[in-house]
Amino acid sequence: MTAAWTLNGVSARLNGKRALDAADLVAWPGEVVGVVGPNGAGKTSLLRAGLGLLPLTSGEARLSGQRLDQLTAAQRAGLVGYLPQDRRVAWNLPAEVVAGLGAIDLPEVQALILARDRLASVGAGDLATRGVLDMSGGERARVLLARLLCARAPLLVADEPIAGLDPDAQLLTLDLLRAEAARGAAVVVTLHDLSLAARCCDRVIVLDQGRVAAEGVPGVALASDVLARVFKLDGALVESPAGPVLAARRL
Amino acid sequence: MSLVRLCLIMLALLALAAAVAILLGETPLSLGQYLQALTHPASPPGEVLWTIRAPRVAMAILVGGALGLAGATMQGLLRNPLADPGVLGVSAISGLGAALAIAGGLAAVPGAIELSALAGALVAGGAVVAIALRLREPEALILFGVAISAFGGALTALVFNLAPSPVAIAEILAWLMGSVENRDWTDSLRAIVPMAVGAALCLKAGRGLRMLTLGEEAARMSGLPMPRLRAYAVAGAALLTGAAVAGAGVIGFVGLAAPHMVRALVKDDPRRILWPSALAGALLLVVADLAARLAPTDQELKLGVVTALFGAPVFALLAWRAARSWRS
Repeated sequence: MTAAWTLNGVSARLNGKRALDAADLVAWPGEVVGVVGPNGAGKTSLLRAGLGLLPLTSGEARLSGQRLDQLTAAQRAGLVGYLPQDRRVAWNLPAEVVAGLGAIDLPEVQALILARDRLASVGAGDLATRGVLDMSGGERARVLLARLLCARAPLLVADEPIAGLDPDAQLLTLDLLRAEAARGAAVVVTLHDLSLAARCCDRVIVLDQGRVAAEGVPGVALASDVLARVFKLDGALVESPAGPVLAARRL
Repeated sequence: MSLVRLCLIMLALLALAAAVAILLGETPLSLGQYLQALTHPASPPGEVLWTIRAPRVAMAILVGGALGLAGATMQGLLRNPLADPGVLGVSAISGLGAALAIAGGLAAVPGAIELSALAGALVAGGAVVAIALRLREPEALILFGVAISAFGGALTALVFNLAPSPVAIAEILAWLMGSVENRDWTDSLRAIVPMAVGAALCLKAGRGLRMLTLGEEAARMSGLPMPRLRAYAVAGAALLTGAAVAGAGVIGFVGLAAPHMVRALVKDDPRRILWPSALAGALLLVVADLAARLAPTDQELKLGVVTALFGAPVFALLAWRAARSWRS
């Protein structure tokens, strides 16, 4: 099996400062990988470097085994769908048009049909013809998620997909990404909520100052010593009926 | 409403406005003279209609269409409803290019004013887009445009200051105020080539403009060849602006207002808005030029003055609305 995404010893600079220092990441088909870390740890930079949006100073990135720098824009789009952190939409386009932008390989009519289908699956089917700027932030986030799902790519990368959403929408978003993984896609998400990371991710990568500080199944990657060292938290994941929950206080 | 039907309706409106603009003017004609003009184009009334008024209306259509399309392209490219060749300083630098050519005594050299106006537009357009890539906030770009405009204005003032003769000063001033007076058919023919190339580039960039709705990074990952489409949009908008300035001087706010006249009709789509914006710009300028001609003033009003008088309040209104949506 070929990994959907491989970052090998990736280093990169952002605004003159070192943002990533020999970071590794592998995402296999069928799994959800969470990237966590304190603010400024390099989570977004790791995603951007691995997608060719941030130039590498060393290391290499591969999508489905192929070197990123040898892919055309269209080939790359066929291998990865990306949901950036910035959810601002410039114009008040109908939701179905925005979602359909995820499927530029299809003729416009088919893209709209796919978009309506994906909007329905994110629970926004009734919003299809509404302008995205007339919606609440949570509704807009669903539309953008539908856009990501329209990409039908073997790798889905989402930067903070649940930031600013209400608890129900957070769980729905992660459930939908899990469903994509169950269908065979590799999913990589950055998250700030460690409880949800532990509950929804198969594997977690903990970043600290541009380096991978811990990696593994949630119980290992988010063990108490990692929480103390990286997050400056005194606590642990405890089991609850709904899944693991972070119980911690500041060190 | 389908895009084709919208364009057809606007074309009909434009044809109506053009016909009115050709029929009305300072020289009053009787019904018999109108008939004579239609049947004998070489007769004196025919001269008035076909060699004085019609080329002027044609130039207004071309310049207005170019500015409307350039404005819509820039608004899409920069994801900013306040973008416009005038607001962002592209017109000012283009006008500076024309002013330099006139002051340098090149006014008589064929194509010199056109080329320097085009060069100015390309330089300013490139600068605006390079800066826009580094600015996250839409307001910041408008402020940068204010700076470019001010710089262009300062350099133009410097040209005035150092101009060799009052004649050159008057000539530059008349140019900067913008007008389509005294144009003949060759002026339109000369403008149409760069405008057609510019329009083709802008329309080719349409897919990219629509994708940019999602933001810079999402567009780059979308699979579209964004660097190329972006270059088309910049070059197209700059060519259109430069050709418009070369043809009629600096005429502000048409590029800003035209897309907003049709925005609701195309559901805010930055690709579908392109053609209707060009038609709306042409319509605006034909009407504005007719108003300039018919206004009961001793000196004929300059077209650029008329558009600025109406356009500046429109800009204020749009800024007010945009500022509210950016805050929420």
